[in-house]
Amino acid sequence: MNKTTSWFNVTSLVLGFAFLYVPILILMVYSFNASKLVTVWGGLSARWYVELVHDQAIIDAAWVTIRVGFLSASFATVLGTMAALVLDRYRKFHGRALFSGMVYAPLVMPEVITGLSLLLLFVAIGFDRGFWTVVIAHTTLTMCFVAVVVQSRLVTLDRSLEEAALDLGCPPVKTFFLITLPLILPGVVAGWMLAFTLSLDDLVIASFTTGPGATTLPIKIYSMVRLGVTPEINAISTILISVIAVGVIVASVLSHRSQVEKEKAERAVFLAG
Amino acid sequence: MAERRTRDVKPFLGKWALVAVPYLWSLLFFLAPFLIIFKISLSETAIAMPPYTPVIAGVSDLWTKLSDFTFDNYVFLTEDPLYYSAYLSSLRIALVSTVLLLIVGYPIAYGMARAPKSLRNALVMAVILPFWTSFLIRVYAWIGILKPEGLLTIALQGLGILGPNEQVHIYNTEIAVFIGIVYSYLPFMVLPLYAALEKLDATLLEAAADLGCPPTKSFWVITFPLSLPGVIAGCFLCFIPIVGEFVIPDLLGGSETLMIGKTLWAEFFNNRDWPVSSAVAVVLLIILVVPIVIFQNQQKKA
Repeated sequence: MNKTTSWFNVTSLVLGFAFLYVPILILMVYSFNASKLVTVWGGLSARWYVELVHDQAIIDAAWVTIRVGFLSASFATVLGTMAALVLDRYRKFHGRALFSGMVYAPLVMPEVITGLSLLLLFVAIGFDRGFWTVVIAHTTLTMCFVAVVVQSRLVTLDRSLEEAALDLGCPPVKTFFLITLPLILPGVVAGWMLAFTLSLDDLVIASFTTGPGATTLPIKIYSMVRLGVTPEINAISTILISVIAVGVIVASVLSHRSQVEKEKAERAVFLAG
Repeated sequence: MAERRTRDVKPFLGKWALVAVPYLWSLLFFLAPFLIIFKISLSETAIAMPPYTPVIAGVSDLWTKLSDFTFDNYVFLTEDPLYYSAYLSSLRIALVSTVLLLIVGYPIAYGMARAPKSLRNALVMAVILPFWTSFLIRVYAWIGILKPEGLLTIALQGLGILGPNEQVHIYNTEIAVFIGIVYSYLPFMVLPLYAALEKLDATLLEAAADLGCPPTKSFWVITFPLSLPGVIAGCFLCFIPIVGEFVIPDLLGGSETLMIGKTLWAEFFNNRDWPVSSAVAVVLLIILVVPIVIFQNQQKKA
């Protein structure tokens, strides 16, 4: 590489990452602002965090959001992993084209359409809107993301281990839990985390499918933002961003470490053999 | 890969359960809702809860009900220029933002792919991290920056570019919407581009350079054509959802920005007109069917 292109590369990386991170950092810094006005710096203070702790509506919304996220991510992980196995293993069966279409379409489907159509389904079958309808909606939305993540892991999987187990008479279900699942686990965990954060984040689909008593945090934040920018919103945002950032970084370090250890073990086995 | 996949796992009883569970879930909660949305778009508005006349109560009176189907909601969409211009303006905004995303995202992806190998994973992580944090919060962050009395005005006044009584007028305009979209969708554009550029064989560029090809020419002759699969994937991944985007135009665009996602939301939540909002959704779906099908074929090949 010559000097001019690497100078160009460094500049574009610096500008690109500044663009991605500066707005978030500004938002986080201003959550510690003592002043009620978001744009006037009034000194360092944690008063907005104290106010958050005493805001029962926000605590309730946060609790609903966490429960919805946990349940829907878990359902979506099971369903999405199954869908990924089907797409990876069964190349030919009736309705495969429709199935893969239904798995990939929600990735790009505008949320207003998905939200409205699910709401109309719940009304049509007489399902009362509330906590569970949001869980079902989020499961449907996020299972396709899990399927994509798990499928990319399945493609690189060494099938000979599974085939050996099956040839030796291990039942298929047992083979899956003893061999396949441990091998694709990093993909499954990443899929769960992605599903969880997508559910935590969703405003549009939750707004359509929610009912009384099931206000999620994004719905609450949205209604607060409509009334104006306040340091309290900055404070919730900072907490949410920090929790997710720490979670994602820990998960990636852990998966990296397990990868390194696995490679070490394999090398040891290879040398011993 | 193809030969590995020709051999299916020995069929076992569980196979049908494995296929059936996610299949039925998707049929019930993804496909069926679209049929319902289609049906309701053909029904009349009624002041009841739910606010539409039931289309089909049972299979027995299917045929009598068929005669009640009405295209009034669709006729209504063509009569009011609001809908027509909202669709056009959504498509225009999505197209312009996709081009902007490509222009902003390409140098970043290129820089990542040319960075030292040891740094690349960290860089990918750094692009993904904002994507994991809330969409709503990231859009909200821009309100404080772009408001007339916001941080951008303060910064420009401090630098002496703006006079003390001048303000930036970006908030509640289409420019703010473009900034918000480029900011929010950037990872969707950068990651597929990076995946394509990282695979690129550097020896091709070296060979071109050795033979006297200038870097800008070898970029257009070699790098760009080879990164086209990433360009296509990134553009579809951004364009399709942007057309139906609601949060960004609603929070940053103000009343000036017309987008169909906003219109649908207002029709549903403010006017409580379910049949008309269903018709709006059906037309949006028809507009997006072609790009979605192309995207899926692309995904299958990948």
